[in-house]
Amino acid sequence: MTDTTAAFRFGYGLPLPQGAPTTPQAMMAALRGPDLASQAHPGGGGIEVVRPLVLAAREARIANKKNPGLQGGAKAQQRTLRATYAVADVFMRATFARALDAPDGLRERLSAFWSDHFTTATRGRFDRALHGAMVEDAIRPNLTATFGTMLQAVTLHPAMLLYLDQDTSIGPNSTRGKKRSKGLNENLARELMELHTLGVGAGYSQTDVREMAELLTGLTYVGNKGFAFDQSRVEPGADVVLGVSYDGNGIEPILAALQDLSVRPETARHIAGKLAVHFVADVPDSGLVEALTASWRDSGGDLAVVTQTLLTHPGVWDAPPEKARQPFEFIVASFRALGLTGAELIALSHENFTRHVTKRLGEMGQKWHSSPGPDGWPEEPAAWINPLRLASRITFAMEVPGRMVNPLPDPRAFAVTALGERASDGLLLAAARAESLREGVGLVLVSPEFNRR
Amino acid sequence: MERRFFLKSLGLIGCSAAAHPLMTTLTLAKGAPFLGDNRLIVVILRGAMDGIDVVQPRGDRDFAGLRPTLSQSAATDLDGFFALHPALGELMPLWNARELAFAHATSTPYRDKRSHFDGQDLLEAGTGMDVLEQGVRDGWLNRMLQAVPGMTAETAYAVGREAAPLLAGAAPVRNWTPEQRLTLSAQGRLLLDAIYHDDPLFRDSAQEAFDLTEGGVGRPKLGPGDVAGFVEIDRLVDFAATRLVGDTRIAAFSQTGWDTHRAQARELPRSLAKLQRTILRMKEQLGPEVWGSTTLMAMTEFGRTARENGTGGTDHGTGGVMIMAGGAIRGGKVYGDWPSLSEAALYDRRDLMPTRDVRAFAAHAMQGLYGFDTALLENKIFPGLQMGPSPGILR
Repeated sequence: MTDTTAAFRFGYGLPLPQGAPTTPQAMMAALRGPDLASQAHPGGGGIEVVRPLVLAAREARIANKKNPGLQGGAKAQQRTLRATYAVADVFMRATFARALDAPDGLRERLSAFWSDHFTTATRGRFDRALHGAMVEDAIRPNLTATFGTMLQAVTLHPAMLLYLDQDTSIGPNSTRGKKRSKGLNENLARELMELHTLGVGAGYSQTDVREMAELLTGLTYVGNKGFAFDQSRVEPGADVVLGVSYDGNGIEPILAALQDLSVRPETARHIAGKLAVHFVADVPDSGLVEALTASWRDSGGDLAVVTQTLLTHPGVWDAPPEKARQPFEFIVASFRALGLTGAELIALSHENFTRHVTKRLGEMGQKWHSSPGPDGWPEEPAAWINPLRLASRITFAMEVPGRMVNPLPDPRAFAVTALGERASDGLLLAAARAESLREGVGLVLVSPEFNRR
Repeated sequence: MERRFFLKSLGLIGCSAAAHPLMTTLTLAKGAPFLGDNRLIVVILRGAMDGIDVVQPRGDRDFAGLRPTLSQSAATDLDGFFALHPALGELMPLWNARELAFAHATSTPYRDKRSHFDGQDLLEAGTGMDVLEQGVRDGWLNRMLQAVPGMTAETAYAVGREAAPLLAGAAPVRNWTPEQRLTLSAQGRLLLDAIYHDDPLFRDSAQEAFDLTEGGVGRPKLGPGDVAGFVEIDRLVDFAATRLVGDTRIAAFSQTGWDTHRAQARELPRSLAKLQRTILRMKEQLGPEVWGSTTLMAMTEFGRTARENGTGGTDHGTGGVMIMAGGAIRGGKVYGDWPSLSEAALYDRRDLMPTRDVRAFAAHAMQGLYGFDTALLENKIFPGLQMGPSPGILR
C-alpha cells in the first residue's frame, strides 16, 4: 500500500491534498464522516432548488407560445432558462473543484462511479440542472448507505423519471389510461433491471420487465409538484417480478421491489464486477469480484462494507495500473499536479472555463453530462486512448497548462510532483531534454504513467 | 513494485508491456476483402430536413396551397411531377448522368412524438419504434460491419468530432476529425515516441494521430476555387475521400442545420448549399473510378409538416425524402410511392404519409453492394424490418 496507489487508484492523483487519508481504515473513516468537500464547494442545490426554476422556465415558454406578442416575453423566457443553466454550471464547477481539492478523494471517485452507474443526460434545455440535483440528493448522501437506499432515492428522483421516460408511462387499465388510450413505457423498468441492478445476462424475462413497468406506474414528475405519485396512472392489480408478488397502494410496493432487487445475488455480482472493472482492471481478478459479491450478500448491499472490501482486498494495491484515466479524471489530475485550486477553477471566467475545461473535456470524448446512453461511459482504455482522443489529450497538455499557471514548473520536478515514484527514468530524461518548459510539462501529462491508473 | 511496468530508460529496446493482453494493438490493415470495391457513405442530416421543399411535388394539386410562400422558388423540373429545390441546382448534371436519386415519402418507424433526439436515436439504431424502450445500444451500420468477415479498424470511419451512434458498437471503427490539431516540435515528437515506446496503446494511437494530421496539418488556407463558407465541409469531405480511396469502405458523418421552423426560404438554402457542396466535392475527390463504385445516402430523422407555418417555416413532421448519389446507384429517378398531399392522405392530417421505411432502401443498398442475405438484414441489422421487393436503386 502506497500513497501513490491511493492517489491514482482511489483518488485524483498527486500531490495528495493535505490530510488525505492513505490507509483503508483512514479512507473509510473519512468516507463515513461529513461531506466536507460539499461544504467547501457547494453545488447548485437539490431538486427543491431546481424545481421552481425549471417550472418558471417552462411557464415562461408556455406564456410566450400562447401569446407571441407578449411584452418582455422572450426576455422572461431567456432569463428563467438562464437561471437553470446557472445552477447546472455551479454544480459542474463544484464537481471539478471538489475532485481537485478534496483530501477525501475516494468520496469524489465513488460519486463519479455511482453517478455514471445511474447515468442521466438531459435532452431538453429546461432540464439541464436536474442531473446535479440527483447527484446532490440521491448519490452523495448515500455513498455509505445500503445500495437499496441509493436505488430508491435515484429511481424516484425527477432526473431519472424524466430521463427514462417514466413520466410518460401510464397503466393501460388505469383511470387515465382508459380515458386516453395511453400505455406503458418500459424504459425505466428495463434499465432498472438491465443496468441498475441485475445486469444484462441475469435470468429475468420480458414478462418480468413488463410486470416491473406495471408496478412502476404512478411514479411521475409534475412540474409544479416535483416527484409525484399519481394514482390515476396506476395499473390495477398485483405485479409479479422475479416470482415475488407486489400489491398494495402508493409507492410502498415499488420501494419493496427496489429493495428486493438491490439484494439479489445477480445484482451483487453485476455491481461487484463493475466496481472491480472501474477501479482495478478490465478483466479483474476473480478473487476480488468474489470477495465484493460475498460482502454485498452478507451485508445486504451495505455500500460502506462493500467499499471497505474493495479497499482491503490484497490484490487491489498490487495490481498494475492498466486502466486509463477518463478525461474528467485526466483534467483534474493535470490541474492538481499544476497546483491549481478548486477556488481558482470556480473563479475562472465563463469564457476561460469553456475554452480550457469543458471544450477540452468534449474533445477528449467525455462531454459533460452527455454520456451516449444510459449505460454510461465506456471503461476500456481504448475508448479513451485512440488517435482522435489521444491527440486531444496531447493538445490539451501542450496548450492549457501555460494558460493556467505562470510560470510553468521545471518539467523534471513536475514529473516527480505528478507521479511520485511512478516517474520512470525514461520520462525524467525526456522531461529534461524537452526544448521548452511547455513541452516538458506537456510530455509529463501525456505520459502513459500519468494516464494510466 | 509499480515501476516494473514501465521501461526504465530511453532507447532501451524491450517490450515489457507489449506482451500484456489488455494492451491491444491498433492495426493498419487492408480493407475487408468481403466488401470488395464498393463504398458506402451515410450522411445523417440532423434536425429534420423538409423533404417536401427539397424535392417538391409540383404535380400534386395541393402543394401550392399548402406552401403559399415556400412554393415560390424557381425549382428545376426533375420528372414532370417533382422539381428540385434551386439550392441543389448544381446537382442537375449528376441527375442527368443518373448519379443522383431520391426516395420520397419515406421515414423511419418513428411516429407521433416528433422529438429530434428520439428520432435520431431510432434512425441510427435502425430498429423499430420499440428501440426507445428496448435498449439497443449499437448502430445499424456497426451491426452491418459485425457481419463482415475480415473487418479491420480501417474499414470504417466515423468522420467528425460529434458522436456517431450509427457506427457505434462492437465492430472496430475509426473516428477522426480533420480539424484535430497535433503540433509538437521535432524534438517533442522524438521524446514522445520514446516515452510511448513500451505502451502499444499509446504508441500506436499517437503514431496514427500524427499520420492523420500530417496529411492536412493545421487550419487550411483558402486556395483558388475555395469558398470561405465551405472550408469545414471541404476538409471533412477531403479527409473522408482520402480514406475511401484507400482501404476504407464505409464512412459516416453528419450535417446539422435542417430544423427550419422559421424563415425556411432563407435558412434551408444554406444547408442545401452545404449538402450540394458535400456531394460535388466527394465526387471530385474520389475520382471517377471510386465514385463509380460509391453509394452515398443522406437521411434525416423525420420530415416536416405538409403545411407551411405562420413564420415562413415548417414544423416537425413524419414522411420525408432520402437523397442518394454516386456512380453505383441507378439515378435520375424519384423512388417511392407518392401518397398525395390531400388532407385525407396526410399522416395525422398534417404530415406527409410515409409509404416506405427508409431502412428498406438502406437494406436493399447494402444487399446489392455487399450481398448480405435478407434474414441477416431483417433480423440483425434492421430488426423488425420487412425489406419487401427491391426498389432497384443500384445499377
